[in-house]
Amino acid sequence: MGERKGMEIALAAAEAAALCRPDVVAAYPITPNTHVPEHLANIVSEGKLDAEYICVESEHSALSACMGASGAGARVFTATSSQGLLYMAEIMSIASSMRLPVVMALGNRALSGPLNIWNDHSDIMSQRDTGWISLFASHGQEVIDMIIQAFRIAEDADVLLPINVNLDGFQLTHVVEVMDFPSQSEVDAFLPAYKPFASLHPDHPCSMGTLGLPEIYSEATKAREVAIVNSRKTILKVWAEWEKAFGRRYEPVESYKMEGAQEAIMTMGSMGETAEIAIDALREKGIPVGLLKLKLWRPFPYEDVRKAAKGLKSLLVLDRAVSFGGPGGPVASEVRSSLYGETDRPAITNYIFGLGGRDVAVEDFIKMFEKMRSGDKKRSKDQYEFYGVRGE
Amino acid sequence: MKSKKWPEDWQDVNIGCIVSNPGSAREYHTGGWRAQRPICDNEKCIKCGVCYIFCPEGCIIERKDGFFEANLDYCKGCGICAHECWPFAIKMVEEG
Ligand code: SF4
Ligand code: SF4
Repeated sequence: MGERKGMEIALAAAEAAALCRPDVVAAYPITPNTHVPEHLANIVSEGKLDAEYICVESEHSALSACMGASGAGARVFTATSSQGLLYMAEIMSIASSMRLPVVMALGNRALSGPLNIWNDHSDIMSQRDTGWISLFASHGQEVIDMIIQAFRIAEDADVLLPINVNLDGFQLTHVVEVMDFPSQSEVDAFLPAYKPFASLHPDHPCSMGTLGLPEIYSEATKAREVAIVNSRKTILKVWAEWEKAFGRRYEPVESYKMEGAQEAIMTMGSMGETAEIAIDALREKGIPVGLLKLKLWRPFPYEDVRKAAKGLKSLLVLDRAVSFGGPGGPVASEVRSSLYGETDRPAITNYIFGLGGRDVAVEDFIKMFEKMRSGDKKRSKDQYEFYGVRGE
Repeated sequence: MKSKKWPEDWQDVNIGCIVSNPGSAREYHTGGWRAQRPICDNEKCIKCGVCYIFCPEGCIIERKDGFFEANLDYCKGCGICAHECWPFAIKMVEEG
């Protein structure tokens, strides 16, 4: 049996990773994710986990070390945030192209500049197109669960792709929450040992990460795209098995009070928790509104979004990042492309909010909802708007 | 991916593009990239082997008589051997 206890979520992320018995951990500390590698270092030094803990000199090295170890057949784990992720950027695409199942806990933090250590989603959005599977947790329990699930998904013979599990910096990493920790035997039963598809071994020589000339690059790229699109099947299979084993349900798009809803708000990450309270308040006033929480960012769950949006009159999509000079928020952009071909589709409003740690309260969700409903003429022409920015 | 130079279709691409037949780089003649070829004047060569050490392609071999020679199937014509040869025995000459 597992155990229910209160703990800081970053520490819980490290505990969850340790339960997965990684062979190699290579990470470089960075706010707000420092406690993840720090706590794992403690776990290893206390002899509770038989892993090689590599104190690398940078994030570039952290991911590179993980990939080398993964290539040799090891189960690997790393953690980072923001600028650290950018320092890994050169390696991110290589990890997915080499099909190495690296698991990363990504404590989301705004990108500089101006220099800011607080939470938004600009870090992961900058690495959106690197071919990693991306999961978004909205509270501590999901962080634990998703890290364990991530190893199963990443290492599945039908997937073999790296995964980042996104947990909002501070709002999740530094918050103490009561969570259920599965026992070691439960995790062992859920997560079999990693069987590498090939490994760097002198008895079976092979080369990994070789040059891809123009004659092969296009085919290799298509194979990668098909692999990540197909990973959806395994993600759903693993989530179904998780529900069976632990009783907690996971879906690409989670619904909250969507019964009979004509309008809905969509969030990704920890803001969904605050938004739930706002939905409760609006429902109490008799407004048929629900919440959609996006858990799977890549591969993007187009069909689930279409299903969830069916019958809605309007949908307010909230983004914690902006694609400068582009379509506004990255989540809204995907939601819009999901629904473009539908005849019966909701009007979509996109607000960009909660940037660089800007606090967002329950009342803000209500205000955003009311703002969307006010039918402001200026807004309907705009693709998106910043919410809560002074000087509106 | 065994006998063919390229996988025919994207479905044939090995997972992670791994190359599992050792030494297959031999099948790709990088000599086709060359614009200049190294010509060695054995009168000046002192058989020091510096060219052999520096060639990034690993295509310079030591002959039985102790002189060094580039395998032009693989020599890319980068000129590093000529640059490093301190008795100035190697000259780069335009192809064609
Ligand atoms: S030109 Fe470059 S590739 Fe050719 S033999 Fe000299 S060092 Fe080697
Ligand atoms: S570096 Fe020059 S001198 Fe030395 S072996 Fe090569 S060609 Fe001869």
